[in-house]
Amino acid sequence: MQQEVVLAMLAKEPSHGYELRARLGRALGPLAEGISEGQMYVTLTRLEKGGFVARLDAPAERSDRKVYCLTAAGQERVTEWMSDVSWPRPDLAEFHMKLIAAAQGALADPISLIDAQRRDLLGRLRDVGRAVMEEQKDSDAALLLEGVVLRLQADLRWLQACEIAWTKRRTRQ
Amino acid sequence: MNTSPTALVHARGLRKEYGSGEGLVRALDAVDLDVNRGEAVAVMGPSGCGKSTLLHLIGGLDRPTAGQLTVAGQRVDQLSERALAYLRRDEIGFVFQAFHLMDELTAQENVELPALLAGCTPGEARARATALLQEVDLADRARHLPSMLSGGQCQRVAIARALANDPQLVLADEPTGNLDSAAAFDVLRLLEGLHARGLTLVIVTHDERIAATADRLISMRDGAFIDETRLTGGSQGHLGTFAEWEHLG
Repeated sequence: MQQEVVLAMLAKEPSHGYELRARLGRALGPLAEGISEGQMYVTLTRLEKGGFVARLDAPAERSDRKVYCLTAAGQERVTEWMSDVSWPRPDLAEFHMKLIAAAQGALADPISLIDAQRRDLLGRLRDVGRAVMEEQKDSDAALLLEGVVLRLQADLRWLQACEIAWTKRRTRQ
Repeated sequence: MNTSPTALVHARGLRKEYGSGEGLVRALDAVDLDVNRGEAVAVMGPSGCGKSTLLHLIGGLDRPTAGQLTVAGQRVDQLSERALAYLRRDEIGFVFQAFHLMDELTAQENVELPALLAGCTPGEARARATALLQEVDLADRARHLPSMLSGGQCQRVAIARALANDPQLVLADEPTGNLDSAAAFDVLRLLEGLHARGLTLVIVTHDERIAATADRLISMRDGAFIDETRLTGGSQGHLGTFAEWEHLG
């Protein structure tokens, strides 16, 4: 995740790391579990060094009491980030090349690679699907998890196309 | 035979052919299947792979050409028409893609009907239907005709109807095939609830999301099983790894 996420959360109001972590937790639900409070403090310290956030509290406070606000540079960075349309790319090329290399180099059966990959994705889909059901129906976290479900479904459909194509190739040989 | 006592569905060498001579189609061939009590099994595969045929055989809607099939302790391949009808009525609930509700009956009456056919008194049937409609969150639509309900609501009525005679086995054929994603999600939730309650489910589906909730996934092609996967969680309880949040900072 980008540092900009933390910056943008500060646009609401000056805040400390503990509160920011809690807000992130509410927005991400189970997907927030990998983010520790410690990481949040590290991120804030880096942002402070970069001049994007500034301390509002007395310098001697404990790290969980440090209150940060956006600087003008931070404000500007958030504005840029809002209008940025870059999007995380799913890396399908790597798996695609794995299948081709497996077939050309007789390293493995592409169909079994596809099967193994499908099992793995189905397992993930199962977990995320369960997580969605545990969320409140219209919560922020449910909406995010729905996106993860849809991406996994798209990947599984592509794997199905791979399986059909590689099965045809095998029978042609 | 060596039917496992926990297997609710037990099939060996199941085959189904349609037509004859030049036009002979083998829709299903040499299928072995055990579905244990309380298990949810999803069946996926391209159109025409035989998955609906399999479901129709298990549900006693059609007879196998060859092989043996035991459902709830009864040999479906050997039962009389009458006994087969009782088995369908008492032990099996069906959910279809196109709902198959009776258009001229209200939601409530649709759900009452199987219980009435099974010999319940009108009072019992009504009480049961009321409770079931409550369960699928449609108590306030009980007096509506299917034409006044959305697709998702119709499917929920159909699920309530499938449960009317407290079946051991629920068979669903593309239960979300005609639904938008929100309605499909409601149906998914209901099916998950049935599974959690210990009902045995066999679900034919194109929907990976539904398939992923099953205990076991069977992939079919050309009338045969090509892969069987026991589904377990893929993230070892660490959902955060999906989103690669470790890039924070």
